[in-house]
Amino acid sequence: MSLKLLSREQLARRAAAELRAGMYVNLGIGIPTLVANEIRPEMNITLQSENGILGMGPFPAAGFERADLINAGKQTVTLAQGASIFSSADSFAMIRGGHVDLTILGAMEVSEQGDIANWMIPGKMVKGMGGAMDLVAGSPNVVVVMQHCAPDGSPKVLKQCKLPLTGKRCVKKIISDRAAMMVTPEGLIVTEIIVGLSFEELQACTEARLMKSPEGIRVLNP
Amino acid sequence: MSTIRKSKLFESALEAIHDIQDGATLMVGGFGLCGIPEHLIEALRVKGVKDLTCISNNAGVDDFGLGKLLQTGQIRKMISSYVGENKIFEQQFLSGKLQVDLIPQGTLAERIRAGGAGIPAFYTPTGVGTLVAEGKETKIFDGREYVLERALKADFALIKGWRADPAGNLQYNMTAMNFNPMMATAAKVTVAEVEEIVGEGEMNPLAIHTPAIYVKRLLLGRGYEKRIEQRTVQPRA
Repeated sequence: MSLKLLSREQLARRAAAELRAGMYVNLGIGIPTLVANEIRPEMNITLQSENGILGMGPFPAAGFERADLINAGKQTVTLAQGASIFSSADSFAMIRGGHVDLTILGAMEVSEQGDIANWMIPGKMVKGMGGAMDLVAGSPNVVVVMQHCAPDGSPKVLKQCKLPLTGKRCVKKIISDRAAMMVTPEGLIVTEIIVGLSFEELQACTEARLMKSPEGIRVLNP
Repeated sequence: MSTIRKSKLFESALEAIHDIQDGATLMVGGFGLCGIPEHLIEALRVKGVKDLTCISNNAGVDDFGLGKLLQTGQIRKMISSYVGENKIFEQQFLSGKLQVDLIPQGTLAERIRAGGAGIPAFYTPTGVGTLVAEGKETKIFDGREYVLERALKADFALIKGWRADPAGNLQYNMTAMNFNPMMATAAKVTVAEVEEIVGEGEMNPLAIHTPAIYVKRLLLGRGYEKRIEQRTVQPRA
């Protein structure tokens, strides 16, 4: 029987469980963007988009899209009730100043110290870091959503990142398609694993050293 | 610029940029294609000035925004945070024809803000321990490491407003604000193109985003294309 890894939607659903009522949250491009679909209105979550929105709403109905109202992914969006708009300098003051409670973003590699690499592969075309370096440096809580292994099976949760870093010692939690892990000063503590995968098998496809949560390991089942 | 012009209003985009020379450093407002000075960019293409250094968050797409000036080979150096949407950019960069400085978006915004606010440099936590901090001074404050970043200034800032009054007070529309307000403050000459010019005294002083002191030249743009980069809508119910 082949192992059933979490889908993109399941990863987004699990990441959404990190949200707490009343939080201000920035969601990165890719799977993190899907987290918005998992937010229940009664949670009272406010989405920040680093091009200058606090209170980003869903995509507009067809015919209501406006060139002057986009998110950081350059997608047409709407404003939620009570939204505000501001300049890029104000937006990043908000981010760098630690006012945005939670940042959820993707990664190419993470290390057991909480380093993250997600902007550059040497030798390939470099597109730029955008706002990622400011977000990981400024956010009090950085959660990474990622594939646990590369398509060739090589590990992406490492002792040390090999790719150029986006930030050092900033990731607090890793949610992969195989497990959920907390980054602590002692190393990575596994709190959840998908059905059909043992801790030892998870360790075998992870370069970083893993520890079992003292409270036991739950099923990663969004 | 010793004489004070009676009016800041220019008749054409070409006149508004008449004194931009080869080799000039320009700040160009916008985030993606949102809030870019379409007419002033087109005027630069027509004028044909070259060897430009452009400070702009992005580089447009192949045939719109700053992508137009990449097509014609007028840009020598880009200072940006993200340039992923442009194939011509990629070709020119890989062939060495185009120099590129990639800067974290918040650091870029703050360097421009600092440039306009008379602050030569500042310490930021962004980029510490990464390639961005290499060769730069760092300092520990309250147990955390910060990197020293220098302010940015330019010869000209080309920005896009929504409305202006004749004095040059500006308002922006929605997220077309982005980098425009800081850029307006950080150049020797700021040229603002807008969609509407209202009468004197018709703007609420409290609702002005960029005070007139920063704006040297105004252009009323006509026929904005306002291209959308990623048209996303709700699926029909």
